[in-house]
Amino acid sequence: MLELGELFQAADRWLVELGKSLGVPPILIELLATILAATVIVALIAVLVLVFVYAERKISAHMQNRMGPMRVGWHGILQTLADGLKMLQKEDIMPAAADRWIWWWAPGLAFIAVFAAFVTIPFGKGLHVEDLNIGVLYIMAITTFGVIAMLMAGWGSNNKYSLLGGFRSAAQVVSYEVPFVLAVLSVVMVAGSLSMVNIVEAQAGYYLGVLPKWFIFRHFPFGLIGFVVFVIAGTAETNRTPFDLPEAESELVAGFATEYSGMKYALFYLAEYGAMYVMAAMGTVLFLGGWHGPLLPSWIWFAIKSLALIFVLMWFRWTFPRLRVDQLMELSWKFLIPLAFLNLLAVGLWSVLSHG
Amino acid sequence: MGRGRHGPGLLATWQGTAQNQMDVSSYASVLVFLGFGLLFVVINYTLNALITARTPEPQKYDSYECGEVPVGTGQIQYNVRYFIFALIFVLFDVEVIFVFPWAVVFRELGMFAFVEMLIFLTILILGLVYAWRKGVLHWFSRPVEH
Repeated sequence: MLELGELFQAADRWLVELGKSLGVPPILIELLATILAATVIVALIAVLVLVFVYAERKISAHMQNRMGPMRVGWHGILQTLADGLKMLQKEDIMPAAADRWIWWWAPGLAFIAVFAAFVTIPFGKGLHVEDLNIGVLYIMAITTFGVIAMLMAGWGSNNKYSLLGGFRSAAQVVSYEVPFVLAVLSVVMVAGSLSMVNIVEAQAGYYLGVLPKWFIFRHFPFGLIGFVVFVIAGTAETNRTPFDLPEAESELVAGFATEYSGMKYALFYLAEYGAMYVMAAMGTVLFLGGWHGPLLPSWIWFAIKSLALIFVLMWFRWTFPRLRVDQLMELSWKFLIPLAFLNLLAVGLWSVLSHG
Repeated sequence: MGRGRHGPGLLATWQGTAQNQMDVSSYASVLVFLGFGLLFVVINYTLNALITARTPEPQKYDSYECGEVPVGTGQIQYNVRYFIFALIFVLFDVEVIFVFPWAVVFRELGMFAFVEMLIFLTILILGLVYAWRKGVLHWFSRPVEH
């Protein structure tokens, strides 16, 4: 079975050997290898986003008994590519009233924040750019910059819809950050590490030879409760329906992205779908056993699990109606946060009692 | 991608020193990624600027307000609720940060760590209950009886 991780590691060793024989300083080789890795990640994000946008349109269409895009390519498979090319050549219109610099860099910051989070995602066994020892904390910290980008877009556009969208988004992401972190902590506590790779390795093996030791199955039902809290909070963090108030199109036009066009708008899209994948990958690593699974190579298992989570997110969108803003806040502060606190304590008590 | 390094990273190679230093070296990759992301953004902006058609018209640069002529500025006073929620969040997030190191060493410390965190989290939950009772967690500002 082909392990992509081994392939990339072999390529890395070959590069290092080549550098040695040519007498290039090792730091340049390391730098080159990291830049190559970054290139692969950029390509990966671009492909993922193309696939997600297409899948989202097709899935939503079929859930509503429609066909979805059918014209461009076989069953509309080239539709998102065409859309991307269209956006690239659209005129970039900056409103005269806009706060120039803030408006200009908001989409860039949104993209960089999500892109940097990919550094430490283990896509398979040994298939990660860098195994940071505080990986989980790092991902949560760096993706939070997305909120600043949305606030920048909202304020910089000097448009009422944008401003409302930006503030709603900040209030929402900030409110759901707490249950999100608490759900993550219940896993970190059992794994005893913040490194993504160590957390996946802590989930190897099976109970009774059948049930995998994923954190979702541990300490039943507390692992499951943690997972549910994680998915709800993650959906809200990525501003997906039913928590998509920041860009509620029926009232706020396009929320914080109202005044953007062309490539800047496309960058917001890249960031949004990229953040969705980061969320799904975190869910896979923390609760669904990461790359562990029988028969198939590890990276295929990781892809299956994370894409299944993405499908669930898209499913939510066509199942639940949008929440009202007061319901949104109360769901987080009055339900999810107390629940996540109790869950954390329950997991702690369980592991203290079982380990003595 | 996927070089799966555990040992010294970019900076450590440069220093050529011991592996058991504080593991800051691996964050050089993060810096490279931040720089690469910035480069990607700049390339996209430039490409966009190079190939777009430009047909300037004064009305294009108005703020969008559903086709009406915009009234006043967009940077208006906002609801104080947003600020209050941000304030509670800062409190909770700072305290949650204290829980992180605890969670990592939890299994080694056992019962002692659990009881300590029980006290800490109880105080935190009391704060939440207080905010709840004061009506801060209500989104709509209806009058609160004190």
